[in-house]
Amino acid sequence: MTTTKNPSRPSLPIVENFTRRAAVKGAFATLGAGAFVAAISPLRQAAKNTTAAEFMQQHYTELSPEQKADVIARLEAETKEKYGADVTIADDRPIPGTKFVYAINLSVCNGNGKCVEACHKENNHDRDTNQSYIRVIEMPKGTMDMEKGSTTYTGTVPKDDKFYLPVQCQQCDEPPCVDVCPVKATWKEEDGIVVVDYNWCIGCRYCEAACPYHARRFNWKKPEVPAEEVNPDQSYLSNRIRPVGVVEKCTYCLHRTRRGKLPACLEACPTGARVFGNILDKDSNIRWILENKRVYILKEELGTKPAFFYYFD
Amino acid sequence: MSSITAPPDITEPGDNESHITSYPKFIGRSLWLATEGSLAFYAWMTMLTALFLVGANAWANQVAGGMVGTNMTDQVSWGLYIANFTFMVGLAAGGVMMVIPAYLYHDRKMHDVVIIGELLAIAAIVMCLMFVVADLGRPDRFWHMMPVIGKFNWPISMLTWDVIVLNGYLVLNLHICGYLLYMRFLGRKPNPTWYIPFVMLSIVWAISIHTVTAFLYCGLGGRPFWNTALLAPRFLASAFVSGPAFIIVSMVLIKRLTGVGGLDHPIATLTKIIRVTILINLLMVASELFTEFYTGGSHVSAAKYLFFGLHGKTALVPWTWTAIALNISAALLFLWPGLLGFRWRPLLVTACVMAFVGAWIEKGMGLIVPGFIPSTLHEIVEYVPSQLEWKVTVGIWAFGLMVFTIAIKTALPTLKHPAEH
Repeated sequence: MTTTKNPSRPSLPIVENFTRRAAVKGAFATLGAGAFVAAISPLRQAAKNTTAAEFMQQHYTELSPEQKADVIARLEAETKEKYGADVTIADDRPIPGTKFVYAINLSVCNGNGKCVEACHKENNHDRDTNQSYIRVIEMPKGTMDMEKGSTTYTGTVPKDDKFYLPVQCQQCDEPPCVDVCPVKATWKEEDGIVVVDYNWCIGCRYCEAACPYHARRFNWKKPEVPAEEVNPDQSYLSNRIRPVGVVEKCTYCLHRTRRGKLPACLEACPTGARVFGNILDKDSNIRWILENKRVYILKEELGTKPAFFYYFD
Repeated sequence: MSSITAPPDITEPGDNESHITSYPKFIGRSLWLATEGSLAFYAWMTMLTALFLVGANAWANQVAGGMVGTNMTDQVSWGLYIANFTFMVGLAAGGVMMVIPAYLYHDRKMHDVVIIGELLAIAAIVMCLMFVVADLGRPDRFWHMMPVIGKFNWPISMLTWDVIVLNGYLVLNLHICGYLLYMRFLGRKPNPTWYIPFVMLSIVWAISIHTVTAFLYCGLGGRPFWNTALLAPRFLASAFVSGPAFIIVSMVLIKRLTGVGGLDHPIATLTKIIRVTILINLLMVASELFTEFYTGGSHVSAAKYLFFGLHGKTALVPWTWTAIALNISAALLFLWPGLLGFRWRPLLVTACVMAFVGAWIEKGMGLIVPGFIPSTLHEIVEYVPSQLEWKVTVGIWAFGLMVFTIAIKTALPTLKHPAEH
């Protein structure tokens, strides 16, 4: 210790080798700073993947039409550059007077999993992890307790003693995922679809913790899709290839349904178990089912008010 | 330091020197003082720097390569980072157990060293913020969370409340410590109007940071393991174990390494506090477990998984029983009156370490992870932190200890000669 030992006046220690000590300290501080810069050098790689325009981009709801056009042009160019695919990214908006609702006939669903596969392809999910927005639970007959079910079932379906429960985003009317988001990166649109601005999400995954239906997925890595397999019909809030580090979810295929088509999972279903439509349309199939079948919703006690119904014949 | 009743003194800088020139001098002198020390001190700081650099490198790799480097999944979407975050909020709040005796009960001896608790709060909050950033998938979009320039989902999102209370607590403690040390540097008596109201506010604020952090979890209806009204009180009780335990060990070390006197009385006070809080915490854990297991049903699955394993999956069982064993043994040691004897100091430190580690497991891995197991669709996907996650975690702890060490060194003159003012 070279500090002065004067307890009553603890001020700057004036010692003969003050300058030398200062120089030594400065050298160590420089060394430490240099080592720190070296340690975080992988960040340069990450910075290369984020353009200034992307960094500065405003929230979806605050973009002017011109800004939106610029963003979409940039995203299309990036998809070409990174994935080698020519894609069109639209900005599909809700159709006035529409409220989308889904229903599944569990007496008919046989657990073949075609919906899971169709979702995977339609929504440009990462190929390695075989991601999809739909999970099918194989349940023993005689119980509604999901704990007795299995999402990893194998073998020929349907099995005699089992029924099959596909679960995807329930597009809740009281969505807990939307409430918890600290940055309003996710919200409910007028047609009932809960969407995510993938360019605004900060990746905290609070919504994933809040969702009672395991409907949300996180991009733990950059999604990989071969150029020839990329679905080029895309929408900004829907199936465009998501960036790494953000949360994604089922959007009832809004890039299809807002253009008058049916969701990919419904089209792929060989059993006809799936029914989709506009609940505000009195003549729709879905309306007839909700009025005439004994339908139920998942985890009703949580008060999330799903726009997704199940029924048995 | 002055007592509360001290008369207000001049606060304007005297000797014709303005704050604009004297404050940088104060900072410079503090930095100089904080980097002076024995060989052991330099070895300690070098080790912490090395560990911090390992963590910084691991985090940079995580940002560059995506969070696939962690072992978190869509089923267990929060892990070691959020576990540590939760625990550190408790440690930050725990420092208030020095502030309350010092300022509300006018305990003079506690008052002389209360700055240790406030400095711990600063270091712990810095660590909290680092753990949150480490957990973000897109730290480059951090600005989206800032009020005004970003989109702040306040007051609906509990996370925005947490951002406010944590940063507020950091600013409060920076102000209190900074003001007292600066006045000391100027050789003045601190003016109570400039810090007593903030100290009083910080007491309420300390409770709020841990309550809001509990609300992050207990407000989620889809997670029965967290969805309990007992969570916030439990968080506070365990915070008032881990905080004082850390401070006791720090004070034993400070006394031995720097010769600061007057620490034995505060150590005794904190030991008596832990004696009560550790039992309250155990009572609440027992109450929680009774409700879970006696009721049964699917709500108990997570607790079953935590304590006994579920369908042959038992990754958390050793963790949780270790925590229970540590907590109960520590509680018994604290109940023994002899623990306060000087010759039992090593045993007191052991008891504190046991209580600290017990709380870390209980509130970290033992609380965050079982919230996700089984998942909301009742899948059982287990989670064990990856090497990358451990590196980042150790790095943040090393940084926090560095901040705490430097802060304590800066405050040493005040701690050594409290009677001067």
